[in-house]
Amino acid sequence: MPNPRPDARGPRIGVFVCHCGKNIAGTVEVERVVEALARHPGVVYAARHEYMCSDPGQDLIKRAIKDHRLTGVVVAACSPTMHETTFRNAAEEAGLNPYLLEIANIREGCSWVHEGPETTDKAIRIARAAVEKVKGNHPLAPTEVGHADKCLVIGGGVSGIQAALDVANAGYEVVLVERSPSIGGRMAQLSETFPTLDCSQCILTPKMVEAARHPKIRLLTYAEVESVSGYLGNYHVVIRKKPTYVDPDKCNLCGDCAKVCPVRVPDEFNRGLSPRAAIYVPFPQAVPSSYTLDEEHCLGLNPLRCGECAKVCTVGAINYDMREERIEEDVAAIVVATGYDLYGKERMTEYGAGTVPDVIDALEFERLLSAGGPTRGEVRRPSDGKVPKEVVFIQCSGSRDPELHKPYCSKICCMYTAKHALLYRHSVHDGTAYIFYIDIRAGGKEYEEFVVRAMEDERILYLRGKVAKVYRDGDKVIVWGVDTLTGKRIEVAADLVVLAQAMVPSVGTEELARKLHIACGGEGFLKEAHPKLRPLEALTAGIFLAGAAHGPKDIPEAVAQGSGAAAKAIAILSSPTLTHSPEVAEVDEDLCSGCAVCVPQCPYGAISPGEVAHVNELLCEGCGTCVAACPSGAMRMRNQTDDQVKRMIRVALGEPVEVGRG
Amino acid sequence: MAEDFEPKVVAFLCRWCAGAGADLAGTSRLRYPPNAIPIRVNCSGRVDMEWVMEAFRSGADGVLIGGCHPGDCHYVSGNYKTRRRVYLLRKVLAEMGIEPERVRLEWVSATEGAKFARVMREFVSELKKLGPLHLEGAERAAEPVAARGRS
Repeated sequence: MPNPRPDARGPRIGVFVCHCGKNIAGTVEVERVVEALARHPGVVYAARHEYMCSDPGQDLIKRAIKDHRLTGVVVAACSPTMHETTFRNAAEEAGLNPYLLEIANIREGCSWVHEGPETTDKAIRIARAAVEKVKGNHPLAPTEVGHADKCLVIGGGVSGIQAALDVANAGYEVVLVERSPSIGGRMAQLSETFPTLDCSQCILTPKMVEAARHPKIRLLTYAEVESVSGYLGNYHVVIRKKPTYVDPDKCNLCGDCAKVCPVRVPDEFNRGLSPRAAIYVPFPQAVPSSYTLDEEHCLGLNPLRCGECAKVCTVGAINYDMREERIEEDVAAIVVATGYDLYGKERMTEYGAGTVPDVIDALEFERLLSAGGPTRGEVRRPSDGKVPKEVVFIQCSGSRDPELHKPYCSKICCMYTAKHALLYRHSVHDGTAYIFYIDIRAGGKEYEEFVVRAMEDERILYLRGKVAKVYRDGDKVIVWGVDTLTGKRIEVAADLVVLAQAMVPSVGTEELARKLHIACGGEGFLKEAHPKLRPLEALTAGIFLAGAAHGPKDIPEAVAQGSGAAAKAIAILSSPTLTHSPEVAEVDEDLCSGCAVCVPQCPYGAISPGEVAHVNELLCEGCGTCVAACPSGAMRMRNQTDDQVKRMIRVALGEPVEVGRG
Repeated sequence: MAEDFEPKVVAFLCRWCAGAGADLAGTSRLRYPPNAIPIRVNCSGRVDMEWVMEAFRSGADGVLIGGCHPGDCHYVSGNYKTRRRVYLLRKVLAEMGIEPERVRLEWVSATEGAKFARVMREFVSELKKLGPLHLEGAERAAEPVAARGRS
């Protein structure tokens, strides 16, 4: 309905109220909202429609924009997260700048949560406040920005490798940074994978080699991200690459250096179950295929105290003068795939872990099962090298235990424990495997069938219940538990106990997250932008998540997420330009005194101090924290000035509107 | 009559957490009293303490500020700034003879629709106990005190 007293010179606002079927009209008297808003100063047209988001509804808005020469539009409908884009696009099609359209949320914030006549009164106030806002809005245009042409992938596990390969195969350059001397991650340490019992390394190594040989991938191992600055499309990254003191192009993996090295330290790849020299290769299929001299454990390089390895190296690969490299890269997008660690078994004091040598964690057991492991694939226990005849596997060790340990389910343990017990039975035919479990969670393709196979065909004893205590008695490890299905107390004199430890984010995840300005959840896993609809993205634009750094995941999920993150990165890399929201802070240089109160408020370093403050529009994310701090009102938020908000406040509280402004 | 008193409330809600939590309360059809008019901001850090004073001057009996939980701020640290500003503002309000409880700061995540509805119910019922805000005397003091958050 047209306004009976339109203001010829002032703003010409149109208000469009949606019924949303009965969703709004069920509790809000839509006609009363239209009448009230039609009388609101500055409103020249108000109308309603059954479904404003439908094509006829949008056409109604478009026609009114043209017919009534509207200078601003308010759509009173659902939450702006639903259809703000829809309506702003419609406005633009009708020739109205999209930033001159605002949503009044009268559904989620009103019709769905209230009843009675007050619901309509509230809807009117919400819509009136939106009108006051739109009166003060200015037409804006998103800023177009160019971008770098590379992608950074942090973490060279299977998820990061997959992301790197997908981006590289799409034709874009990738920088793949891995902290340890070889890519491969946790998957390289595994024996076989559930439910197919594929050899883990056999299916992983082709991908590792492909990544290393790919002309579009720059592989930086033994390297860490030192700092990250910039924004979507233009991140500047500083990477620190530690010296390996071995030239990977010359090293032929003969191993003579390690034989003469006098140092022996626990081998991290074998989870400390075997020793390694200070010069070592983590595993035979390591990529890059080269030895690494571990400076921390070497007897001394400066001054040189031993030098035996260089003496025996016939190809002259060892170079004690190698220095740390500082590498800088400009990238458009970043994939974070830093993986997981196991929750420290020494925390499981109730299970004797850390003091009883034959209580080991799941990754140690993987190494015992691996042909390339410390026992060449024979299951032998750490204390005396005997083949264990009775093995107890404890699931949910540290998981699902909010009182003492981690509250969450680590998701993969039910499956790998079934695999462990099955592989143990294949290795030790006369051995007995017990599994203590709380529930079996086998949600995955052919997972349930695999667990059933372990239970029925492999005669593994599944006992439902928690283990109360584990202690050492002679050369046995005694396990006390309860089978809650029979109510019987169970005591097993075991030779070996394997703890399915909870998955935790890898060491340094939080520190890296801080460098990237992305968030970690309560348990330290990287947080996604939306748990349902944006599971691959961090909240910071241009940063994507892959693999178990985001939460417990199995291999196919980690690979799928790596590919998904790659697709997101490719979408950025393949855009000719990127856009940045224009709804950011700006400085009124006439008012700014240069006091720089705003500068430390900004989490993005977007404000530079000076005679007057200056906002880098591309770095500004529009939070407005600086605006609220400015003591002179010089810092402003585009299309959300203090003046606009104060007028919204007054109207929301039922104050009369000052006419003639806007 | 105290029982008939319906407090007027302005709620500044950040779009990422508290605003999304309010949307979830709606999607979940959780009932709460209609006293508050929501005003959406990008971040609770955008909330200028002058807005709160403006709301009180314009007849509000209470102001709710909703942000992300500590550590979860979409803009890294805006909610910490808000926390400090609200702390200071409450002291100023007390000096002015306005009950500091009339300003409520709540952390509501995008998944906490139920919490949002509960906060609304609690706040309205507390404001009913406090009764209407009378600014005589206090209003005079409000003008020169620029309660800006220099945090």
